[in-house]
Amino acid sequence: MSVLLIAEHNNKEVRPFTYNAITAASQINEDLHVLVLGHQADDVAKSLSEVPNVKKVIHVDNKIYENYIAENYTAAIIKHAESYSHIVSSANTFGKNLMPRIAALLDTSQVSDIIKVISEDTFLRPIYAGNAFATVKSNDKKKCVTIRPTSFDPAEKSGGSAEITKSDPAEASSSTKFLKKEEVKSDRPELGTARIVISGGRGMQNGENFKLISDIADKLNAAIGASRAAVDAGYITNDHQVGQTGKVVVPDLYIAVGISGAIQHLAGMKESKVIVAINKDGEAPIFSVADYGLEADLFEALPQFLSELNKLNTIQK
Amino acid sequence: MKILVAVKRVIDYNVQIRVKEDGSGVVTDNVKMSTNPPDDNAIEEAVKIKEAGKAKEIVAITIGEEKAQETVRKALAVGADRGIHVKVDNVIEPLAVSKILKKIVEKENPDLVFMGKQAIDDDCNQTGQMLAALLNWPQATFASKIEVKDNALEVTREIDEGLETIEVNVPAIVTCDLRLNEPRYASLPNIMKAKKKPIEQLNASDLGVDINPRIEQIKVEEPPKRKAGIKVASVEELVQKLKNEAKVI
Repeated sequence: MSVLLIAEHNNKEVRPFTYNAITAASQINEDLHVLVLGHQADDVAKSLSEVPNVKKVIHVDNKIYENYIAENYTAAIIKHAESYSHIVSSANTFGKNLMPRIAALLDTSQVSDIIKVISEDTFLRPIYAGNAFATVKSNDKKKCVTIRPTSFDPAEKSGGSAEITKSDPAEASSSTKFLKKEEVKSDRPELGTARIVISGGRGMQNGENFKLISDIADKLNAAIGASRAAVDAGYITNDHQVGQTGKVVVPDLYIAVGISGAIQHLAGMKESKVIVAINKDGEAPIFSVADYGLEADLFEALPQFLSELNKLNTIQK
Repeated sequence: MKILVAVKRVIDYNVQIRVKEDGSGVVTDNVKMSTNPPDDNAIEEAVKIKEAGKAKEIVAITIGEEKAQETVRKALAVGADRGIHVKVDNVIEPLAVSKILKKIVEKENPDLVFMGKQAIDDDCNQTGQMLAALLNWPQATFASKIEVKDNALEVTREIDEGLETIEVNVPAIVTCDLRLNEPRYASLPNIMKAKKKPIEQLNASDLGVDINPRIEQIKVEEPPKRKAGIKVASVEELVQKLKNEAKVI
């Protein structure tokens, strides 16, 4: 049977992690269909139909799908679930909110946050903040799976021409109302997909000092991350949090500044290709995962770092 | 209003996890256990709502082995009125947990069910949403702010893009984020008082729900270790290494 992937989008564009989820989903079974629930999201359906790995796009257009109300999404997905062996989505706040609601109604025990597809029913997933990897086999007839996007490369975006079929909406829930979304707009790359991430922790001491980080982020075209301690202290907004309960990032270069390296933070960044730690405490656990550690006062090191970067004339963007 | 709060006993968040040599799981013998951190936020929020005069009773529930009762006792010490302990002998999956919770909800008729957004052991992030589905109640997940209104909650949710605010009618399920509040410590007199508060014990097998595992854990292993890195002496050296050795800038 086929796999049904639930697309994440903003009604205009496909959200990037959907492409990573497509890669994983087509490893489960090549007959991959994508469900687009949205409001006037024709461009989204069209973009997804051009992805070579996608064999069919089902598009449901209705005002009730303008925002991700899990109750409304679930009712529509359940209508289509019958024809599929697997329902999948990315394991970000979109899929984490949605998938268990679907799984429970299908009486399926969900497999969350997989990092590898071993076979149609067997997957690898991290547990205990990534301090152990579990190989699990789902014995449910219908499987609900969420995919850790950073563990799979994004799928090719063009060259395909899948059929787009329209489908009717399901009933809307009257007990949940969307009120507002406060999105942090930024010209910087998205944290989840950036090639370089520079993160600050409690050592930054206050929000203003994050300017030292953002100056370097601008220079390197990097995204800005933060430890939970920095977010809790109000130095920076929650969408920057990297870690077990925040985002998982796997950039080519991760620079941790003033971050001690609690297990919960390491869970979100230790798969990065190259890790740099700048911390004045030489015993900080962050140094145990760092490829390059610099024991220094960040308030001296960061301005120097910026001026050294300015001397280079070949920074790749 | 009546609030049911679900709490789970997990390996303490500060413990360095060790994988068993036979690949059957992680070492839990002689390891410090405590309440799953965001479940503490769930209890705290319920207590704050009660203190504000908007809730009459808080019932704390846990599902687990005999010792899981400690988490209920802790919830009682910070302000829950009574407890329920559903005994199970083995680790059960979130689907089974949500089926047990559904039975308890049908018996207790709470207006709200609170719990942490995810347990830090299996990192599943499923139970609240599953319970909401089984009860056909609205769900507000990853809550960082809750405002109680007439027969509804206004909930601010932490999402990848920033913050989202939704309104859910009561009855509802809320899963709590770590930033929802600052959990209080139990005072000694309250710990003593909590010892007198009732905890009802039930056996999962008496509730008539299927809690058999659907997922086979084939093996648990250590993640690949990173190669040890080096310390650099200066910012200049760092930049040179990043450019010439790692070739990432």
